[in-house]
Amino acid sequence: MQAQIRRVAWGLVAAFLLVFAQLNYVQIFAAEDIASNDSNIRSLLAEYAIKRGDIETLDFETVARSRRTQDRFQYLRTYPGGELYGHITGYYSLIYGSDRIEATYSEQLLGESGVISMQDIQDSFLSSGERGDDVRLTVHSQLQQVAAEALGGQEGSVVALDPSSGEVRAMYSNPTYDPGPLATHDTDEIRSYRRSLQPNSPDSPLLSKATSRSFPPGSTFKVVTAAAALESGRFSPTSTFPDPEALDLPLTDNTLNNFTNTSCTGTGSIDLFTALVQSCDTTFAILGLRLPEELRRTAGALGFNEPLPFDVGTAASTFPDVPDDQEPLRAFAGIGQGDVAATPLQMAVVAATVANGGQVPRPQLVREVRDPSGSVIEQQRSAPLGRAFSAATAQVLTRMMTSVVTEGTGTAAQIDGVEVAGKTGTAQTVEGAAPHAWFICFAPASNPRIAVAVLVENGGELGSEATGGAVAAPIAKAVIEADRRIRQW
Amino acid sequence: MMQATARRNSELYLLILALILGVGALALVVLARDADILATAAPLMVTLTAAYAAAHIGVRKLAPSSDHLLLPLTALLNGLGLAAVYRLDPSDYGPTQATWTVVGVVVFIATLVVVRDYRVLARYKYILGFTGILLLLLPATPLGTEINGARLWLRVGSFSFQPGELAKICLVIFFAAYLAERKELLAIASRRIWRIHFPDIKHFGPLLVMWLLSLAVMFFEKDLGSSLLFFSIFLVMLYIATARVAYMLVGLLVFAAGAYVGYATFSHVQLRVAVWLDVFNPKLISDEGYQLAQSLFALATGGLFGTGLGQGRPDLIPAAHTDFVFAVIGEELGLLGTAAVVVCFMFLVGRGLRIALGARSDFGQLLAAGLIVSFGVQTIIILAGVIRLLPLTGITLPFMSYGGSSLLSNFILMALLARVSHQNTSEPDPALTGEILIGGRR
Repeated sequence: MQAQIRRVAWGLVAAFLLVFAQLNYVQIFAAEDIASNDSNIRSLLAEYAIKRGDIETLDFETVARSRRTQDRFQYLRTYPGGELYGHITGYYSLIYGSDRIEATYSEQLLGESGVISMQDIQDSFLSSGERGDDVRLTVHSQLQQVAAEALGGQEGSVVALDPSSGEVRAMYSNPTYDPGPLATHDTDEIRSYRRSLQPNSPDSPLLSKATSRSFPPGSTFKVVTAAAALESGRFSPTSTFPDPEALDLPLTDNTLNNFTNTSCTGTGSIDLFTALVQSCDTTFAILGLRLPEELRRTAGALGFNEPLPFDVGTAASTFPDVPDDQEPLRAFAGIGQGDVAATPLQMAVVAATVANGGQVPRPQLVREVRDPSGSVIEQQRSAPLGRAFSAATAQVLTRMMTSVVTEGTGTAAQIDGVEVAGKTGTAQTVEGAAPHAWFICFAPASNPRIAVAVLVENGGELGSEATGGAVAAPIAKAVIEADRRIRQW
Repeated sequence: MMQATARRNSELYLLILALILGVGALALVVLARDADILATAAPLMVTLTAAYAAAHIGVRKLAPSSDHLLLPLTALLNGLGLAAVYRLDPSDYGPTQATWTVVGVVVFIATLVVVRDYRVLARYKYILGFTGILLLLLPATPLGTEINGARLWLRVGSFSFQPGELAKICLVIFFAAYLAERKELLAIASRRIWRIHFPDIKHFGPLLVMWLLSLAVMFFEKDLGSSLLFFSIFLVMLYIATARVAYMLVGLLVFAAGAYVGYATFSHVQLRVAVWLDVFNPKLISDEGYQLAQSLFALATGGLFGTGLGQGRPDLIPAAHTDFVFAVIGEELGLLGTAAVVVCFMFLVGRGLRIALGARSDFGQLLAAGLIVSFGVQTIIILAGVIRLLPLTGITLPFMSYGGSSLLSNFILMALLARVSHQNTSEPDPALTGEILIGGRR
């Protein structure tokens, strides 16, 4: 029997060696792989053991803060800013990770380099009471409130920028959502709330239409076309164009009609200045046909065709490169239709660039990062993105846009004692749907303090009767007035 | 051969080392967590030390010539297990486990007192055999309780007990006595197929009975692990007694057939296998695979050195204190800790087999081998389950898992081994006494 016992011994030794080999595999060779699985919540627990910093507005109103809890995730993220700031703060969720400022400034909010190493995990269990840094936004709470109220129940977006610094003073889009329920520690609640937001729909409230979706900019884009024309050196405000009832398009039998289905002046010709003030489609269609390269270059310099660099994710605005055999599309591109699409943030940057003398400001959402003691450890001051056109061109555009408000399509944006420069847009969408109403503007014209872009989708309350001047301009006006009141200019 | 006192002295030194490690582990938990809990840790340290001091004195008095490594290795595993259990729940499981350790040592000493000569056990083989089968099948009766899909527990009031642990020991004693008696008969080979000698078909009767019994465990108690454990103990003992590989082969074959039927019948067995094959599948990881995945996360997070006792998050593993206590060691003591534990178990199994080799009778050899094989196979089955080497089955890790029934039966097992070991060296060589005429050793 001794021989059998010895064989059994070897068998058991072999089994123990297999156990040892598998231990080496699990604990050493595949350890990184296994430990980094999303279902391993150890690093999450370490993160939630840190009191994440606050997110606050320019005027120090807290819109996101962390509160101690009794459950195993020690801090609960709450959003006093609620729906109003949903698209700015984003969320900080156990299941869905983080979004927007919560994501971009995660490292700062956690008060460290952000990479959670095993050492950090150990430290966090040994010494609790770590606290992250606070992020101060450029958004002013009162202006944000006014923007949301002015838009009311209409779907659309409002973006207001300081034209010289690019600091975003207000950015709101409706529909929006409350990040609070996504940040609870109850996974069922998180899941069911997110499901109610239809996360996979392009119209999901989770998506900020101000930055993450682009729309045909319509006639507001004529500011860009006019800038390209002036920059080309071949046109001035007094350059005249034919003023037909409808423009014959090359290569086809189709025509491009004016918005009113008539000629713009009835005199047979029109100059560039009047064309912008009256938003004459045929004139800008002609420019689109004649200056395809210049137009594409100017649009590109303003930020089209690439996502704008910003503190939160943005979608690219697009200006197409139309091949010669599809020349008619260039006419539509000249009036901001066809394949041209812009985010409301992009159009605010266009207005701000005119206000800023042709320098494209880099939009920004964060003013500074402060450590728990209150001292500033990170100051956001970003250089302009570049020059889109000359100061002279900017000056001419300003004059034209001022006339839009005083005597053209944008009279609804007039403010007593303030010279407002603006441009309306009423963009055709799909066949049968009401048009998008746009207004971009800045004020005061002589010394710009604020630039605003407003988009009301599908005509808002006016539906198919809507125009940019009737629906969007009053909202922009309310924002400018509020900024004037708040900043006392 | 070492003198009895020399053995006991070296046992004492090793025991002191083991207790330093166990008490040190408890102290580390206190340091890492909260100084306040020192008040609850101190009694545990004292209890552990006192219990093993008593066990040592007991061995000195009752089995002075027994193996000197059994107790220190047991104390080391027990101490680390206690620290891990205490670390998970300082207020409830920790003190309870310490209490069970004391009860375990009392039972250990009592066993040494009652069983003065292990050969006497052979006389009660049928009583023990029936008791074993009764204990084994008891949970299948209305007295049993189902936990996690397996029906392995008896519940009396608030007290639950896993009779399978004790049944294991009773059955090993029965097998040893039965096989020692019949081994010649069972070993007779009538046919030869290729290089394997096949015994006559009628000698497969005992195998058939055990197979049916293990199937009963599988079907009525729905636990593949216990079923595999009982059947493999019997097969290994049958092989040791007869040297017939044929039993092994036929046994494995019929067990595989039974296991397949069990797999096809019970959805929770299928799930265990599915989880084993694909634990990180997002569909499984949050439900059926959650426990195993958490165990692997704990082990992987521990890496080579571990997070340090009290500094990881093994509380995330469901049932960490029972079946998954090894994963707690893995997270907080790393591969160094798990390897040390595996080596301790290997040493214990090695010492056990050495005792078997040294036994003076067939019954003694089969008894010691059966006991230590049951201990070793159980250890390997649960370790392999926790580290995803085999599908998981709910059995305890000897001396480390939280739980009274497991601790008590393993203490009885160690006492019996100590008894055999003591008689191996203290008794005069049987060749001189004529015992060889009765037994006949190979």
